[in-house]
Amino acid sequence: MDKNIKYRNFKNLFFKGIVIVFTSVCTLPLLLVLYRIFKEGISAINWSFLVNLPKPVGETGGGIANALVGSAIIVLVASIIAIPFGVCIGVYLSEYRKSKFAYWVLLSVDVLQGIPSIVIGIIIYLWVVKTMGGFSAFSGSLALTLLMLPSIIKSTEETLKLIPDSLKEASLSLGVPYYRTILKVILPSGITGILSGTILSVSRVAGETAPLLFTAFGNPFMNTNLMKPISSMPAVIFNYAISPYEDWHKLAWGAAFILISVILILNIITKIAQRRWRVQF
Amino acid sequence: MASTILKAENFNAFFGKNQVLKNINMEIQNNNVVAVMGPSGCGKTTFVRCVNRMHELTPDATASGKIYFDGDDVYKMNLIVLRRKIGMVFQRPNPFPTMSIYQNVVAGYSLNGIKLDKIKRDEIVESALTKVSLWDEVKDSLHKKGTFLSGGQQQRLCIARAISMNPEILLLDEPTSALDPISTAKVEELIYELKKNYTILIVTHNMQQAARISDKTAFFYLGELLEYNDTKEIFTNPKHEKTQNYITGRFG
Ligand SMILES: Nc1ncnc2c1ncn2[C@@H]1O[C@H](COP(=O)(O)OP(=O)(O)O)[C@@H](O)[C@H]1O
Ligand SMILES: [Mg+2]
Repeated sequence: MDKNIKYRNFKNLFFKGIVIVFTSVCTLPLLLVLYRIFKEGISAINWSFLVNLPKPVGETGGGIANALVGSAIIVLVASIIAIPFGVCIGVYLSEYRKSKFAYWVLLSVDVLQGIPSIVIGIIIYLWVVKTMGGFSAFSGSLALTLLMLPSIIKSTEETLKLIPDSLKEASLSLGVPYYRTILKVILPSGITGILSGTILSVSRVAGETAPLLFTAFGNPFMNTNLMKPISSMPAVIFNYAISPYEDWHKLAWGAAFILISVILILNIITKIAQRRWRVQF
Repeated sequence: MASTILKAENFNAFFGKNQVLKNINMEIQNNNVVAVMGPSGCGKTTFVRCVNRMHELTPDATASGKIYFDGDDVYKMNLIVLRRKIGMVFQRPNPFPTMSIYQNVVAGYSLNGIKLDKIKRDEIVESALTKVSLWDEVKDSLHKKGTFLSGGQQQRLCIARAISMNPEILLLDEPTSALDPISTAKVEELIYELKKNYTILIVTHNMQQAARISDKTAFFYLGELLEYNDTKEIFTNPKHEKTQNYITGRFG
């Protein structure tokens, strides 16, 4: 009897040990990556790095101001398009779960999610860049929009699916019209889930490089015109990193550090918002 | 004084091809409490949901025949008007989770976009919460979320939310089945109070509850209205063998 319990305790401990070891093995590389970026990046960062434009080869110094502004513009415009569409489609999918159309929409969303981002870039190149006659910030935003949509749609749909029907019925039974019920009861009840899906998708596309190669292209100068080529953080990281110059590598680390920091901050905001606005049914 | 407020005429309801209400004929008088009873699955919930047309929300759900509310055919009435005049309370308390207690009470107004000034709103909140005898318990925490309340308090909050719209009829679908005995007693007491101002249709499985609070009892069986009479009559002298079996607990 006693022995049996000891054996069980041992099994418990053993299992716990395995879980901890596996977790550590997987987390370690992640931490190392962060450590390296932090170590190399922090020394590259100073005021002039943030507010200056890149310098030509041979000159020292130079910054990423154009890339910061470019990424902000591209991602902002992509969000402005993707969020309303994504949330609407998510609402549709959760409200009309049983319809044939919803089935096909969901299937295409799943497929869209699996399309490599470079392919999305090429498609936008063919459809938009060629049609409009040149690279542009706007076409870059469209590429990112397509990348953001699936996760916004899925997180909206999955969040709303968990909201009990009884809430909708409570609202309808008060005589509240259907559209108001969706806007004022269902969406607010799912706001945390929708928000975290959205922020996650923003932080994912903020680091996308491939789809911007054929769309936003890049620009060594400051640009705020949506119809002109524009620089972006991932693009400057790429350009600096593949260059043969030691100092440019430094700049690449600095840019990577800033990109990671922004993503980290977005994720922390999400966590805080989730705690603050937690909805309990 | 006693006029008919609700009348079902040859009413049928279906889920797809499955007929769950069969030729219901029933008249309900003003300010009566009617207990709707019968074994599980006999169509009680479906019946009350037909009265405020919540039934048609279910995909494939259809109905035929007539239900009149104050002489108007409910299927010809404006849905929004109809549902404001017929309040509903569900089996499980369902306060709006994003709203405070206060906001929940006036949700019928705010969600419908009806603007009220603060004085009027405060008045409605206090009077509705007082009617459901929740005011004293929550008056200091009106701005806490409704979902923080206990189950029994939540259910009374839902009743307050329904009556704040001044409906003429209240539909209660097993309002106490998810509550503990003390909360149940409070809700029952409340229903007894509410009867002065409202006509109430209450679905219940609880004989004592039906006997205590209702004037009339409707006994449903397999989608038919087997017996509809004064509660006293049904409990002491049921006409139908099935009714007798049910109330003496031989099936349920
Ligand atoms: N959403 C639904 N879809 C299909 N059938 C349903 C649905 N709800 C209820 N039913 C069927 O309708 C019948 C009556 O159900 P209901 O009115 O809920 O009974 P009660 O409230 O008396 O227990 C049952 O046979 C049930 O299986
Ligand atoms: Mg029922």
